[in-house]
Amino acid sequence: MDTGTFRGIITFLLIVAFLGITWWAYSRRRKPDFDEAANLPFADDDDQTTRDSSASPRSIREQDNNGDSRTNQGDRNT
Amino acid sequence: MSTALEHPTYNYKVVRQFAIMTVVWGIVGMLLGVILAAQLVWPQLNLDLPWTSFGRLRPLHTNAVIFAFGGSALMATSYYVVQRTCQARLFSDKLAAFTFWGWQAVIVSAVITLPLGYTTTKEYAELEWPINILIAAVWVSYAIVFLMTIKQRKTSHIYVANWFFAAFILTVAVLHIVNNAAIPVTAMYSISIYSGTIDAMVQWWYGHNAVGFFLTAGFLGMMYYFVPKQAERPIYSYRLSIVHFWALIMIYMWAGPHHLHYTALPDWAQSLGMVMSIILLAPSWGGMINGMMTLSGAWHKLRTDPTLRFLVVALSFYGMSTFEGPMMAIKTVNALSHYTDWTIGHVHAGALGWVAMITIGSMYHLIPRLFGRTEMYSVGMIAVHFWLATIGTVLYIASMWVNGILQGLMWRAINPDGTLMYTFMESVEASGPGYIVRLIGGLFWIVGMLIMAYNVFRTIQRSEAVQHPIPQTA
Repeated sequence: MDTGTFRGIITFLLIVAFLGITWWAYSRRRKPDFDEAANLPFADDDDQTTRDSSASPRSIREQDNNGDSRTNQGDRNT
Repeated sequence: MSTALEHPTYNYKVVRQFAIMTVVWGIVGMLLGVILAAQLVWPQLNLDLPWTSFGRLRPLHTNAVIFAFGGSALMATSYYVVQRTCQARLFSDKLAAFTFWGWQAVIVSAVITLPLGYTTTKEYAELEWPINILIAAVWVSYAIVFLMTIKQRKTSHIYVANWFFAAFILTVAVLHIVNNAAIPVTAMYSISIYSGTIDAMVQWWYGHNAVGFFLTAGFLGMMYYFVPKQAERPIYSYRLSIVHFWALIMIYMWAGPHHLHYTALPDWAQSLGMVMSIILLAPSWGGMINGMMTLSGAWHKLRTDPTLRFLVVALSFYGMSTFEGPMMAIKTVNALSHYTDWTIGHVHAGALGWVAMITIGSMYHLIPRLFGRTEMYSVGMIAVHFWLATIGTVLYIASMWVNGILQGLMWRAINPDGTLMYTFMESVEASGPGYIVRLIGGLFWIVGMLIMAYNVFRTIQRSEAVQHPIPQTA
């Protein structure tokens, strides 16, 4: 096999690998798993326990403030 | 550090250490950059001393910003993200502590040896062989701590940010060891085992993948955690992030030859490097779009949250420089841009606009949480820092575009009889105004970093004040 054919085969295999990964990633069967994975940064609710203002429930304050929670997550009250 | 700050599960101590050193080395590295920019305006500032000459301080600047600032930021965030998304403590506290102190030792030895003139002359790999061995030891330990933490995870998935961090750690280990393979001659002098064109190709295989894996994949890991976290919504498309990951790491590996256009490198290798660089636009923009679209439906948060603004503008600069890069890799464009200030401008669009801004945004999210708070001491100061950084970057890259195109056109201009129209010195003189604007951009940056340091200092100080006087929490 000459070098040109060899390179062609490698290129073909890489294209197949890329299409395979894309097909796998976008298959319907994987959707629930990926949704779960996408939420991993939020699975750890450690943030809540260290909140300075955790005394007042966040959800109530959010309703008061149109959901823009960042402004009242500050620690002005300490 | 007070024990009240210690997290029950996670090792935050090493993350805190790296996070603080990120700010410290950021200031040191950028201050060196400002000094070098000033030397290009007023060459007398080299003080006529060998240790403060441009040629010795320049590698110190690049090593300080890439490996000290960027490296500390990557280690801080990767240790934080891997623990939080795997819900497991770092594999070994002792080995993690070794990575911190070992990495600081590497940086301090760079600060000493580079001004003394010890250098391998390989760009971004200037450090001599004894330091390279230490880097390899630290890096292998880093890989063990990171990968073993993933192995011990409590979650079933490995979050995409960890894939990027893992690819960055493994690839940098391979790059560093292969490129620095050398025969030691004396205690501080070695000769590369590669020679001639092969040496150049290995060097730029290393050099471009240092950009691709150290400065891109690692910081994309940061992006995939901190953008969703700060925007308080999951990444736009997890599927796209998987395709993004595999496409990026498969293609980046081949782009190195674009640093060697019109050299002794075989023509086919140059063309291959050019084509692969152009293809690289697709995964780069895929990743940028994925980060940006995470904000869809939450754009209003940018109005009130300067930390999120840092993260999103970083993505914009990432998109811009990953468009500029493939364009500059085209041989005919490269014929104009290579060896000019355009290259310096392109590097800083990536280094300041992308790497530094995504780091700073991540640090403003991370640092208060590491010290038991939810917000930095002053959000207003973050906003000021944001504008200083953005304006500084724009001044920097705009002046270097002007200078670069000016230099490229002057160097190639020829008289009808075929002689050069301008001497090299004339192009240097014409670059003067651009160098002043670049210096101003750099000053904007260093002022911003000093504001950040003060903000971080007050955040930590206040956290300690809160922790101590309350007896019942002890």
